[in-house]
Amino acid sequence: MTERLVIIGNGMAPGRMLEHLLEQAPGRYTVTIFNAEPRVNYDRIMLSPVLSGEKAYEEIIIHGDGWYIANNITLYKGHKIIAIDREAKTVTSDHGVTEPYDKLVIATGSVPFIIPVPGHDLPGVLTYRDLDDVQAMMLAAQSRAKAVVIGGGLLGLEAAAGLNAQGMDVTVLHVMPTLMERQLDPAAGYLLQRAVEQRGIKVITKANTQAITGNGKVGQVELADGTIIPATLVVMAVGIRPNSALAKQAGIAVNRGIVVDAGMRSNDPDIYALGECAEVNGQVYGLVAPLYEMARVAASQLAGNEAAAFVHMDTPTKLKVTGIDLFSLGDFAEGEDRQEIVLRDAAAGVYKRLVLKDDRIIGTVLYGETADGAWFNDLKKKQTDISEMRDTLIFGQSYQGGAPLDPMAAVAALPDDAEICGCNGVCKGKITGAITAKGLTSLDDVRAHTKASASCGSCTGLVEKLMVLTIGDKYNPAAVQPMCGCTTLGHDEVRRLIVAKRLKTIPAVMQELEWTTSCGCAKCRPALNYYLVCDWPDDYADDYQSRFINERVHANIQKDGTYSVVPRMWGGVTNAAELRAIADVVDKFEIPMVKVTGGQRIDMLGIRKEDLPAVWADLGQAGFVSGHAYAKGLRTVKTCVGSDWCRFGTQDSTGLGIRIEKFMWGSWTPAKVKMAVSGCPRNCAEATCKDVGVICVDSGYEIHFAGAAGLDIKGTEVLGLVKTEDEALEHIVALTQMYREQGRYLERIYKWAKRIGITEIKRQIMDDASKRKAYYDRFVFSQKFAQVDPWSERVSGKDKHEFRPMASVGFAQAAE
Amino acid sequence: MMNWISIGSLSDIPRRGARCVATPQGKVAVFRTQDDQVYAIDDHCPHRGGPLSQGIVHGTAVTCPLHNWVISLETGKALGADEGAVRTIPVRIEGERLFIALEALASRAA
Repeated sequence: MTERLVIIGNGMAPGRMLEHLLEQAPGRYTVTIFNAEPRVNYDRIMLSPVLSGEKAYEEIIIHGDGWYIANNITLYKGHKIIAIDREAKTVTSDHGVTEPYDKLVIATGSVPFIIPVPGHDLPGVLTYRDLDDVQAMMLAAQSRAKAVVIGGGLLGLEAAAGLNAQGMDVTVLHVMPTLMERQLDPAAGYLLQRAVEQRGIKVITKANTQAITGNGKVGQVELADGTIIPATLVVMAVGIRPNSALAKQAGIAVNRGIVVDAGMRSNDPDIYALGECAEVNGQVYGLVAPLYEMARVAASQLAGNEAAAFVHMDTPTKLKVTGIDLFSLGDFAEGEDRQEIVLRDAAAGVYKRLVLKDDRIIGTVLYGETADGAWFNDLKKKQTDISEMRDTLIFGQSYQGGAPLDPMAAVAALPDDAEICGCNGVCKGKITGAITAKGLTSLDDVRAHTKASASCGSCTGLVEKLMVLTIGDKYNPAAVQPMCGCTTLGHDEVRRLIVAKRLKTIPAVMQELEWTTSCGCAKCRPALNYYLVCDWPDDYADDYQSRFINERVHANIQKDGTYSVVPRMWGGVTNAAELRAIADVVDKFEIPMVKVTGGQRIDMLGIRKEDLPAVWADLGQAGFVSGHAYAKGLRTVKTCVGSDWCRFGTQDSTGLGIRIEKFMWGSWTPAKVKMAVSGCPRNCAEATCKDVGVICVDSGYEIHFAGAAGLDIKGTEVLGLVKTEDEALEHIVALTQMYREQGRYLERIYKWAKRIGITEIKRQIMDDASKRKAYYDRFVFSQKFAQVDPWSERVSGKDKHEFRPMASVGFAQAAE
Repeated sequence: MMNWISIGSLSDIPRRGARCVATPQGKVAVFRTQDDQVYAIDDHCPHRGGPLSQGIVHGTAVTCPLHNWVISLETGKALGADEGAVRTIPVRIEGERLFIALEALASRAA
């Protein structure tokens, strides 16, 4: 019979332990897990990127539901264990489940420390531990109001950066004189503070919080010196303490944490503890590398290897704030017996400090440039005598032995036991060995087999270099297709980073995302311009020089360099006055061709560029505005005559089409958007091959989308049926906004929908009313800035130069 | 002898943009790059005659608006896999004033 293993807690440490255990002793235990959080095991280190919007929760799951099923593990989600009965060998959850065990593992983690100031229990005071906290913060951030983060350590700064990225006005309060004083010396702490402040985050050091006050909820934070900081959200990130209450209550030896021996066993031989709640040799740990080491030891012990033992190790600290590179390791206090080597480059924002004792590295602080962290760590771990290379040591590995090496050679020169992934304790040899032995060709494969770069991801670059070194061209870099030759990032990554890093100009995007060209190319510039217009409708100044000529002059260029002009005819409806005005313009400007378009408009072709402003002026006099027939934006809404005229019509399809068009004209989209409204299922407006279409029926409006009738032919998908015109408009607008925010430039709706999935789109637009409303509101906000008729703007003189030659030269001479 | 003809000032052309100069031999496109270098080439793509002055300017190249050929402003040659070239016209900048060499224009007419 198998033994019963019960685990309390489902964080990263017990998750890793199970992976090892399943490998070493498959089938030995029947495993049951109780998780106080109502979810599976996810990567807690990546909560900061989730908060800043750079990652989604789904991307940080370590073990999905399927993993538990496949491994026959019972997971009780949302069950908190409230009692351990060591006599009966059972545990009992707050939902009344009692489970017997042969072996018990306590992995209850830690609880955030709450400063017991008055007001610490007001609504609006949060901690930063789990996904619930992150979701609460993201919700609070929607107000774009003020937040105070108490604590200028690793966690506090990551929280501050995340809230800032979410658009909040953030102040960090830190009780010590410099930030992250436990990991950084004052000089690096100062550089860090400057970098944090440059992002618009305020930092107050030596800040002694006295009280949090407010009327029934957080309103402000008061400091001992009388300073008052208004805030609607307060995040306490001042530290953690091991969560050992349950063990203590069960009579297990507890000091700061649950006391365990080097084999992770408590004073009850059937009970183990690991993770942040465990105390080994008087030490408790909070960084992932030692916790994973505990997991390895505990798994070996449970598998029957009693020799497995935990050994203390120093772990480098890295800050996971995009754009701030920081590395700290070991001991860097000053002392009589110590020497230091310091390199400062103020302009580049680089600071490096090595602390030496007896010609050996004992501590390292790197700021701004951290590539050599792994190498310094290796020298420290091996206690290498550095006296020979002392003069050049600080410049890093590539400067040793004469000429600088290229980064590839530096990685090649690392010894096999050099640690590459600090989180998972994976060394170079293990990675290259796995690549060769298992024939791995992608980063995901390497992550799956070795765990390297699978936690915080900061060693990804190193792992990729190792892959190139080991298998050369066979390395299959991330499947992401770069936007263009100017970047390695794909459209989705760029869009996400524009929002996460609040990049609001094309130069800012190119600078921050490390574009390899000085000002992009004809592929990326229009895409970036669209993304910025879409994401920052109120802040971004449209860059005409990054728009394709058609959008720059509001007309369609033809093969001979002339243009065609299409005035808007709402819903395809016109009248005698409009037609007369068009006829007059055609005569006056000798327009050679007039054609009715597929979108129920009238197209005038062959207009000279110089004539465009005058053509618009005349059309404008008659009440016409630009038809945007040239735009990656809303083009036309075709309609049939509907219930007003047609004997089959069920609703006023013409009216709805006009209403949609008047509401949505002027909006920019990733690619062109064509719509149609048909008054009955006979579908005379051909709505079922449009980007968005409506089929009116007796019971309401059937909304369609993702059709195509161009390079591809594809019937629409049904989004759903709504009862009223108002609802139809809201759903269509929300759908369009979702596409605007997620689509890749030049990706039509049907392609976007295929990528995202019809079900997901339906879920967000049909089923989730609050999401739909939010999309709708963002569209409406954006329209405030978008609904400007470009023709009247140009007629009134904007960028007149566009339509006139700069000069006419040489004609006199030619005449002679 | 080079005959320098004044065509206007630098500020007449938007950065990463172009303006045309009408000449007896057809339009000349005058480009201004992001870093204020000025180039002049025939406004006529070697591929299908597209008006290069209407393209998107990036680095020292322009992408033709008709079929996306990329033309070097420095050499007039098509970049990448495409083959073809357009005539380049000498440009001189004196302070803000821009001049192109008409001699080059006349020689084409001859």
